Amino acid sequence: MNNEEIVLEIKDLYKGFGERNVLNGLDFTLHKGEVVVIIGPSGCGKSTLLRCINGLEKIDGGDVILEGSSIYDKNIKMRQVRQKVGIVFQSYDLFSHMTVMENILLGPLKVQKRDKQEVSELARELLKKVGLSDRENDYPRQLSGGQKQRIAIVRSLCMNPDIVLFDEVTAALDPEMVREVLDVILDLAKQGLTMIIVTHEMHFARAVSDRILFMDHGKIVEEGEPEDLFGNPKTERAKQFLNKFDY
Amino acid sequence: MDWSYLGRELPRYIEAGLVTLKIGFWGILAALITGLVCCFVLYYKIFILQKIVKVYVELSRNTPLLIQVFFLYFGLPQVGIKLSGTACAIIGLGFLGGSYMAEAFRGGLEAVGNSQIESGLSIGLDKRQMMQYVILPQAISISMPQVSANFIFLLKETSILSAIAIPELLNVTQSLIGLYYKTNESLLLLTVSYLIIILPLSIVLGYIERRLRHAEFGN
Repeated sequence: MNNEEIVLEIKDLYKGFGERNVLNGLDFTLHKGEVVVIIGPSGCGKSTLLRCINGLEKIDGGDVILEGSSIYDKNIKMRQVRQKVGIVFQSYDLFSHMTVMENILLGPLKVQKRDKQEVSELARELLKKVGLSDRENDYPRQLSGGQKQRIAIVRSLCMNPDIVLFDEVTAALDPEMVREVLDVILDLAKQGLTMIIVTHEMHFARAVSDRILFMDHGKIVEEGEPEDLFGNPKTERAKQFLNKFDY
Repeated sequence: MDWSYLGRELPRYIEAGLVTLKIGFWGILAALITGLVCCFVLYYKIFILQKIVKVYVELSRNTPLLIQVFFLYFGLPQVGIKLSGTACAIIGLGFLGGSYMAEAFRGGLEAVGNSQIESGLSIGLDKRQMMQYVILPQAISISMPQVSANFIFLLKETSILSAIAIPELLNVTQSLIGLYYKTNESLLLLTVSYLIIILPLSIVLGYIERRLRHAEFGN
């Protein structure tokens, strides 16, 4: 895995909100085709980290290097970064005034100025994969949470991103719908999409990831292959955290 | 009830109704434009203009239209600015309605959630695209009920303009009552005239509102 090209490097990243430091000098690298899952207690900075990679939060120190250049470089436009780094949010956030298809096409057509025919075909193909072919003319209000989240994933994929970030995408869903969304992500992992996934679904984390990062207090406390980290955590903090998931 | 009176004076009411409509139309248009400009000044927090707009909104909303129009019609000539009655009427309606429209639009813009904006950012929309494709369509559908209420409100407020001798519906009615003492007949014609003008407008606005809100709220 480590022979693969590095697509993302986080270097000594700091981010605070007011007095509180959320990210405390965080480092890691992501290779092409790699699926990294970040776990850790609530408030440890997982979501903030994803938002910093996508430029939704301003960082206070350190750097985020995407494909060799800093995303905070003055010559780099954040809009271009965001086309390379897709993000799927916990609350799906589809545009509520647009149909499913309009939601998916907006970015590719207006931002990337791609051919409508080509993008529509891609969109239909992806909709079929996530099992929502018949919903392309529906409005978000007509869909369930799980369906909306699958559409949000398709919307992100249609931009042809190099990396997709998943920010607790199943946290707002009914247990029954969690599965349908996780299956989609698992499928993407098999196809070799580079992803960073923040989740509280431990079984899923184990199944989908090439590498797990355990975060606490804005730092990566432990990282390793899923079997190692779940089977035999080295740090006391990770042990404590993982024990909470055993009944 | 003198039915022949109704028939005889009908043409005058049609004429006055057209005056009401004309002044209402231009006044509402002025209010819309004023409202849009003010709302964008407030939304984008343009430094000094923002303060001026805030003062204007308070002044406009907390004084009666009658006084605003008196100021334009009787006050301005004292300092050498003479405007025609019609101009005063349109400016007055625009001045009053502008603040109401501004608040309606601002309410709509601010109601567009931050998550929708972040969602737009995450697919790489720039500022203009964000406004055009995400914020405005949602803001318009949210503010539409308030905006259409303002339309009706301003159209009814044209009756105030009778006080500055604009020959609109109320003004004509008062003249006719003075001339013929046919109070009931005149008031009947007046009421019916307003209904004929405003009711269809209400229905059309209601229809537009439902169409605009269909995507987000269904039927």
